[in-house]
Amino acid sequence: MIKTKINNVDVETPEGTSILWAARKAGFNIPTLCQHPDLVPGGQCGICVVEIEGVPGLKRSCMTPVGEGFTVRTHTQRVMTVRKQLVELILSNHDTDCLTCIKNNSCELQKLAATLGVDTLEYPKFEEKLPIDKTSVSIVRDPNKCILCGRCTQVCSDIQTVNALAINNRGCDTVITTAFDAGLGNSVCINCGQCVVHCPVGALYENSQIEQVWEALHDPDKFVVVQEAPAVRVMLGEEFGMPPGSLVSGKMHAALRRLNFDAVLDTNFAADLTIMEEGTELLSRLTSGKNLPLITSCSPGWIKFMETFYHDMIPHMSTAKSPQQMFGTLSKTYYAQQKGIPPEKIVSVSIMPCTAKKFECQRPEMNISGYQDVDYVLTTREIGRMMREAGIDLKEMPDEPADDIMGDYTGAGTIFGATGGVMEAAIRSAYFLVTGRELENLDVIPVRGLKGIKEAEIDIDGTKVKVAVAHSCGKARELMDKVAAQLEKDGKCEYQFIEVMACPGGCVGGGGQSWGSNMAKRARRGESLYEEDKLMPHRRSHENPSVQAVYEKFLGKPNSEKSHKLLHTHYYKRSTVDGKVLPENKISE
Amino acid sequence: MAAENQCNCVQTQEEDLYPRLNEIIGEHKGKPEDLIMVLHKAQNLFGYLPKKVQEMVAEGLNMSINEVYGVITFYNFFSTVPQGKHSVKVCLGTACYVRGSQKVLEKTEKALGIKVGGTTDDRRYSLGVVRCIGACGLAPAMLVDEDVYGRVKTTNAMEIIEKYE
Repeated sequence: MIKTKINNVDVETPEGTSILWAARKAGFNIPTLCQHPDLVPGGQCGICVVEIEGVPGLKRSCMTPVGEGFTVRTHTQRVMTVRKQLVELILSNHDTDCLTCIKNNSCELQKLAATLGVDTLEYPKFEEKLPIDKTSVSIVRDPNKCILCGRCTQVCSDIQTVNALAINNRGCDTVITTAFDAGLGNSVCINCGQCVVHCPVGALYENSQIEQVWEALHDPDKFVVVQEAPAVRVMLGEEFGMPPGSLVSGKMHAALRRLNFDAVLDTNFAADLTIMEEGTELLSRLTSGKNLPLITSCSPGWIKFMETFYHDMIPHMSTAKSPQQMFGTLSKTYYAQQKGIPPEKIVSVSIMPCTAKKFECQRPEMNISGYQDVDYVLTTREIGRMMREAGIDLKEMPDEPADDIMGDYTGAGTIFGATGGVMEAAIRSAYFLVTGRELENLDVIPVRGLKGIKEAEIDIDGTKVKVAVAHSCGKARELMDKVAAQLEKDGKCEYQFIEVMACPGGCVGGGGQSWGSNMAKRARRGESLYEEDKLMPHRRSHENPSVQAVYEKFLGKPNSEKSHKLLHTHYYKRSTVDGKVLPENKISE
Repeated sequence: MAAENQCNCVQTQEEDLYPRLNEIIGEHKGKPEDLIMVLHKAQNLFGYLPKKVQEMVAEGLNMSINEVYGVITFYNFFSTVPQGKHSVKVCLGTACYVRGSQKVLEKTEKALGIKVGGTTDDRRYSLGVVRCIGACGLAPAMLVDEDVYGRVKTTNAMEIIEKYE
């Protein structure tokens, strides 16, 4: 332990602790800007400077470890003047139209300027405006708001290993862009949106479709159906000031109904359906021994990552569509037929914790219903905004169920939102599909939690199935390199089934979550999903009565010809330069 | 894009250089730490770093394209536009600047129809700036290829440049 004196308060911290954290322990919140609890401090902004007695110059407290006998002063006149000057310099080169900024009231720079009492702008404004990058269907980048803190590039390169965004040029021309400044839509960007949720200001945000959804809701000729992803029910509360991880399934359904959606259904229903399709696919691959391991395909960020960097894995991918897309297809086929609504009148909206889903729904192959299967994707933040616009306070809502025939769900469907959830749900049903008996202990603990790569071995009537779960693309890359090496060696891999989610923590950590999120909040949301799972009357996908009905009335059985046509898809090889589909594409089997 | 009356020999030559580039990349295969060396050699070969070269280097050294692009845009030495036959550099060091080299530069930009860092369409000239070449006594100074010109005026800068065909 190291003893340090911070503004006359003695504090003891382990060796290597930064002065910033030691000061927090002593009760002093040193202001920061570029610092983020989930990232490695880079010292870009310099706001957290402090004075250390006997050490010349000011030191950045986020990167300076405590030293024995240090006397640190966190708010001397010199320190406070420098901090204010730094903020003023940033503001001189920042588009300060705060009232019309997407981050108004949730901007870290705005808060900092207020905290430090910046009341004048001493430096002349830098007037040159750079073009806003709107090339991506998922993410918009406004370089005029960017403060070059480097959080987005750190998460993009170090955590996701995508390297779509990087710091280019130098000096006052420095700008964060894609290669050749081609725009996110013409880059290897996988649309995961981790840059968006780590950005402290309004430089990165989702490509919003709120306007189109309002238009559909106001159109009396349209029948607007809405689905909500598993993770949204443990995130949406935060948009209304509820504690992280608050479970609001019932309130969410009620609020959506009050927004005038014609049918409030649930993605969790389609998650259960995904398990039926993917679980059956797993069984047939285990039987044939071909294309093992089977790899999950629910995460559209992961899909584009795989198509770009690991397209040799295409034969291993599950061909099952993601729950969002299964739902979209069924909303314009099965639902339309059962309810007697012409499919051209149906507008299919989804609420997702995700920015990549916006890309997924616009993939050209996602139109098997004869229409674009999912019309509009809104992030959790966007639906929060719509509810506030309409004067709906989620906290005050009663608990209401979803509407019928695509609204029932089981505990297995709900845990899709957390890393390891798809795996656990699949195990629960695969056991039944193989043995005809129910798995007694439904909790598959080894695949839960936030460890980067998790492994488990499941005994299904004497057959050992080894599974692995990875979340974040960096961890997925690690796992895929291992799998590829094993397959290259002798054509065999130690795993039979692999779940990958593009975002750290799974969907509860997606690019569509509330501003100001961190790993601790993601963990809390995941736990809430497992709590909902425990409360559900059914906890296995194959027990979902609505899923049983859709097979009985419409699809036949899992992996039937009709299921294949409607609920399965194929993948493309993509370029590592611009992320576009390569000309020599082969369709996966 | 090339106008009909323009020769395309430059492009043809560029195609011929790729096998040599492949050899260079081959010597550094899978070694991201050699990036600057490889880019240096590639620029010597092509005169600049076209997009395709950047892509090949990224793939060969097992790096992302944006890392390669970031390094190229960071260093002034690297150019992503073809270089002209002659390089024109106006000195913007302190002495030259106070004696009006900025005006010389602006005039030259206008006359050549390009900005700093650019190359004329006929690939005759590339325009750049330098920060002091040690000829402060001759300020404002200008470099054309290896030749130094002193006391350059807005009125005679183009006269000097046009001597280089």
